[in-house]
Amino acid sequence: QKVSVEVLEHLEHLALVDFRDAEGVERLQKAIQFADQLHEVNTDGVEPMDSVLEDRCLYLREDDVTEGNCTKELLENAKEKVEEYFVAPPGNIPLPKLGERETFLQGS
Amino acid sequence: QRAVAGSARGRTVPAGDSGLAPWVPVVGLEIHAQISSNSKLFSGSQVQFAAPPNSLVSFFDASLPGTLPVLNRRCVEAAVMTGLALNCSINKKSLFDRKHYFYADLPAGYQITQQRVPIAVNGSLSYSLCIDNKMSQMVTKTVRIKQIQLEQDSGKSLHDDTRSQTLVDLNRAGVGLMEVVMEPDMCCGEEAAAAVRELQLILQTLGSSQAVMAEGQLRVDANVSVHHPGEPYGVRTEVKNINSIRFLAKAIDYEIERQIEELENGGTILNETRAFDSKLGCTVPMRDKEGKQDYRFMPEPNLPPLILYDAKSLPANMNHQQVINIDWIHERLPDLPSVKREKLVEQYGILPEHSFTLLNEDGLAEFFENVVKQTQMKPKKVIGWILQDLLSYLKQHSLTVKESPVSPILLADLLNLLEKEEISSTAAKQVLAELWKGEGKTPLEIVKEQKLQLLEDQKELEQICQAVIDRQENE
Repeated sequence: QKVSVEVLEHLEHLALVDFRDAEGVERLQKAIQFADQLHEVNTDGVEPMDSVLEDRCLYLREDDVTEGNCTKELLENAKEKVEEYFVAPPGNIPLPKLGERETFLQGS
Repeated sequence: QRAVAGSARGRTVPAGDSGLAPWVPVVGLEIHAQISSNSKLFSGSQVQFAAPPNSLVSFFDASLPGTLPVLNRRCVEAAVMTGLALNCSINKKSLFDRKHYFYADLPAGYQITQQRVPIAVNGSLSYSLCIDNKMSQMVTKTVRIKQIQLEQDSGKSLHDDTRSQTLVDLNRAGVGLMEVVMEPDMCCGEEAAAAVRELQLILQTLGSSQAVMAEGQLRVDANVSVHHPGEPYGVRTEVKNINSIRFLAKAIDYEIERQIEELENGGTILNETRAFDSKLGCTVPMRDKEGKQDYRFMPEPNLPPLILYDAKSLPANMNHQQVINIDWIHERLPDLPSVKREKLVEQYGILPEHSFTLLNEDGLAEFFENVVKQTQMKPKKVIGWILQDLLSYLKQHSLTVKESPVSPILLADLLNLLEKEEISSTAAKQVLAELWKGEGKTPLEIVKEQKLQLLEDQKELEQICQAVIDRQENE
């Protein structure tokens, strides 16, 4: 079953990944097929488990200030900074549409 | 002629000369209240307004790899208190989820929230409105609370358009929020404003949030739509960027009018997000929203379910620091504003609308009660001095009750002089004006200085009258 161009673009937009070329898309399709095997299991009447931690106790921390004050360390990771602010582009930069991308056209 | 909109008291907006059917505006609210706590929801960084950028940020808040969320007990208690105060059912088991989207002030690329099973559901909030701006006619309304959920706040973005960049401060990233979702039971800006004001008072009374809108501790988004009676709900828009309760009412009323005008002109309403421009007094589409968002909600894999207990289900052998008992919290809830108002009316014989004004100003109710304790004047008379004289002075000079140069005891002394008929009420107002200067004089001293005592001596009065008559004759 093929993954449509619309779905691909949607996924790339949501996850900011680049499937790059036909091989990448093929890999994605194989991954979906692999996961689809889950449908073979009959789960009628079975409560879904959404966390292996479901029987664990959620630890509650006291409301004390124990962290922070490490501006210098944190900013060491920043490519660009302005007076202790991180610098980011003005907004989200959308990926060019699939059809326009050179990398994609190469493999197809 | 356009249809009259927004300010109509009733649920429908009558049509103008166009002869079209009336409109029913529908307003729902999503309110984010910052939890009043020392540290953040999932980390030990301090919560504080206006600190040096990125100084209140831990490795977890900056989303560095290898860090994990650890839930702050105080934030859970704040949410339980708020849920109980809003008549909600508290979910003894609630879950955390990840809501994914990309933005520079959300370093993890997702927000930890409670989408599937929030901590509290199905509550209600009662609030009051004046009919036709007359304080004497108040009506009580109720809005349903859909749910309250715990979630993380994001950092702050400062847009530098000249250099085409955004500066990011993560001090606010990870601060605990309670999102309170109100069902679309309101019909106009005034109702929404009154509901939010009451919520603000409740939160401040509980101490779960300081709810100061100007400091971003209380943020309100409004969902607005219009439809004809009997027809299905119209397409709704979301209005954001509202910075005060006054602007909330304006923004909603503008949006209702805008939608009605658009529809009456044959247009359609887009399901979009709009920002309120307070300078222009209108709503404008927000540019950065790219179509419908798909947040790809998934369970937060690093947090087990949040389990709360009550007196019946309390586990025997658990460290009590790890246990939150809903009943224990319920027993210790302070009197909510509505209860405080009832008590004031009952105890002092004042009118309900007076109790509203007393609670609406921080510290005014206490001031009033302090004066009553120290004066022989009846509370029903004292209230006039508090609400008319004292309050109008405070408003004129933009002072809070705490900043009042006239203390309760000074006012009580003055009212005692009046009550004992040592001065007239005109003189009392004069003394109050003098007291307002805050020069440290007592009412009695001012009365003596300005010779404002009521004279009782017949002879003295005769002498004065004679002097006045004599002066007249000489002119």
